Amino acid sequence: MSIHVKSMDVKDIIKKENLVYKKSPLMTDNVLSYCPGCGHGTVHNIIAEVIEELGIQSQTIAVAPVGCSVLAYEFVDIDWLQAAHGRAPAVATGLKRVMPDKYIFTYQGDGDLAAIGTGETIHACNRGEHITIIFINNGIYGMTGGQMAPTTLAGMVSSTSPYGRDVSTMGNPMKITELVAQLPGTYYVTRQAVHKPSNVRKTKRAIRKAFENQTLKKGVSLVEVVSNCNSGWKMSPVKSNKWMEENMFSFYPLGDIKVDGELVK
Amino acid sequence: MTEEIIVAGFGGQGVLSLGKILAYSGMMQDMEVSWFPSYGPEMRGGTANVTVILSNDRVSSPVLNEYDTAILLNQQSVDKFESKVKPGGLLVYDGNGINNHPSRKDISIYRIDAADEAAKMSTTRTFNMIVLGGYLKIKPVVKLENVLAGLKKSLPARYHHLLPVNEEAVRRGMEIVYEVAEA
Amino acid sequence: MKKELRLLKGNEAIAEAAIRAGADAYFGYPITPQSEVLEYLMMEKPEERTGMVVLQAESELGAINMVFGAAGAGRRVITSSSSPGISLFQEGISYIASAELPCVLVNVVRGGPGLGTIQPSQADYFQATKGGGHGDYHLLVLAPASVQEMADFVPLGFDLAFKYRNPVMILTDGLIGQMMEKVELFEQIPRATEFDQDWVATGKTPDRERNIITSLDLQAVQMEKRNLRLQEKYRKMQAEVRFEEIACEDAEYLIIAYGSSARVCQKTIQQARDKGIKAGLLRPVTLYPFPTKAIQVLTEKVKGILSVEMNAGQMVEDVRLAVNGKIPVEHYGRFGGMVHSPNEVLEALEEKIVKP
Repeated sequence: MSIHVKSMDVKDIIKKENLVYKKSPLMTDNVLSYCPGCGHGTVHNIIAEVIEELGIQSQTIAVAPVGCSVLAYEFVDIDWLQAAHGRAPAVATGLKRVMPDKYIFTYQGDGDLAAIGTGETIHACNRGEHITIIFINNGIYGMTGGQMAPTTLAGMVSSTSPYGRDVSTMGNPMKITELVAQLPGTYYVTRQAVHKPSNVRKTKRAIRKAFENQTLKKGVSLVEVVSNCNSGWKMSPVKSNKWMEENMFSFYPLGDIKVDGELVK
Repeated sequence: MTEEIIVAGFGGQGVLSLGKILAYSGMMQDMEVSWFPSYGPEMRGGTANVTVILSNDRVSSPVLNEYDTAILLNQQSVDKFESKVKPGGLLVYDGNGINNHPSRKDISIYRIDAADEAAKMSTTRTFNMIVLGGYLKIKPVVKLENVLAGLKKSLPARYHHLLPVNEEAVRRGMEIVYEVAEA
Repeated sequence: MKKELRLLKGNEAIAEAAIRAGADAYFGYPITPQSEVLEYLMMEKPEERTGMVVLQAESELGAINMVFGAAGAGRRVITSSSSPGISLFQEGISYIASAELPCVLVNVVRGGPGLGTIQPSQADYFQATKGGGHGDYHLLVLAPASVQEMADFVPLGFDLAFKYRNPVMILTDGLIGQMMEKVELFEQIPRATEFDQDWVATGKTPDRERNIITSLDLQAVQMEKRNLRLQEKYRKMQAEVRFEEIACEDAEYLIIAYGSSARVCQKTIQQARDKGIKAGLLRPVTLYPFPTKAIQVLTEKVKGILSVEMNAGQMVEDVRLAVNGKIPVEHYGRFGGMVHSPNEVLEALEEKIVKP
């Protein structure tokens, strides 16, 4: 049996009544620099949507990191500073301290936040800066070509651990999110993902909460998003998401770690 | 008039604060002043010294290697700075604990047994003020009233009840200083 | 108006001047011999006096990046450190220079290299005047020679920083930082309440495009354009050259010295003249821009120049470039934390310049 589908003209497709999804108006028209299949673009769009829904575009200043998202400022239509590698929480501290009523967030990868920027991360969290940290954890340095990150799993292959991460000489994968959750300066700490629509919705709720928390002035809200890096992992996007579910989530379990200043048991 | 002074002794003897009160006194008298301390590890229990310059003109170098006056409060300071007094200059020292006394013939040498005297007073913390009094007796570079004003300015308000005892110490120093050798 | 006279340490003068200059924020990390800056600020409660933010950072890396953040919001922001800490600042300074953010940086120099010593030094001249971090850039460098100038150069530094959107460094040392002198304090300058410069990252409003504070241009051709813009700015900054001439009218021999070394050399000049040696002193007040033209004018009048610095010979290279071989130029200086005395400089002047 054959099914005959009447082909639609593109002009019909783009009619308003056929619209089922659109990117946030706060997303610019610049072409995303991320690999197809990467989670960064999804997280960008979530942030743009949250800022739009909260109506805080004119009150939000973001800090971009060094890494794949170094050009994040090209994609979300708000004021940005681009920080040195790892220094985003210090830059955000400077911004927040002189503009305590503005919404300040950093957008950082695992190398940026958990390796070179460990000091800045832990101390911004420990001081309880009233900022939001969006932490993309894909277990690898994507931008520089797939080198080992502090979050690279034991045994995981990267360009600087070509025979797999040997924890006896290369150290252990680091759960910095659990670590900062122990600090009294963090108010909300959660780990999410964006590989499925249901996870995207959860992540959006988490990011929205992390922004709303800034008005409470009770400390850092940190949202970790475990993400794939199909290029760095050398897998297809579909396979990388499956691999992430099977390998990353067991070590980096999804869910809230600290809510309203209380550790989740 | 320019007076270039080194004050040296043990940390804790009030060397730096003696210098500070001198500097404040000069300021009260509309003079140009500078106060440069030795700073660093020697602060903690070791030797301390401070260079104070009082002048009617702009102060040039705050760091010197010869002085109009040396106020020396321990043996190490006598050993180090006796030779740095300009010919015709003044050396004032406390005799307490001194075995090798200053002996130059081309400078004026005065002795003040301030440590002994301070022990007799209600508080030994007036030691440096006794020394200051001795120095000002010989070289009245600043007026006593400006010293008292300087003292008041340099002391936090919570110590202002100690002003009378400090004044007494300065006056006592003026009485007990004595000449050992004239240039 | 009654002028306010205070006896202050150089470091305290920087701190008091920062409050009075209407600074919005200070971020710093303790290091000898400049910790009095942060201590004084904390003691003074600037939050209550003017609303100024003071924060002790977790490191110099943290501090300079907090400066980057607050400066990106168009605020008047200042930090201070000493040599090893300034080395840690360099990453951030390079970013700040490239992103063209105004700020005032104070280096109370101590002896190096390495952890060195806490005693005074001028060995960070190259680092301050030639860039310091990676890439082609310059700070505008002011060299105070008195506690009074420590205070006065803070508002001057802010003015220049905002005029050129460029970091300004106050290059001083442990001698002036620790020394107390009489200071006439300027009146409180109100903190700005509007930050309406068109480049600030304070939140994108509907009436303008988003502002991006970045030091990155992935396309080389764009990065070259950014560099050309910076170089053009540095050319304009040459107009800010400042210097002081002391006893130069009839001088046969010239000493060039800045900061605390210039103070020492003022005494040397007096001593030399007492001996019948007609010596004069040129004191660069800005080290970048460097008073090249002033030196060239004096080159025509004097027989030789001694560059006196508390280092192994750094500024002397700029002096030689200015003199271009026309007359002898020599260097003298104690270093590694040692401070030369006026007499030592006089001996060097006689030996290296007057006698030959």
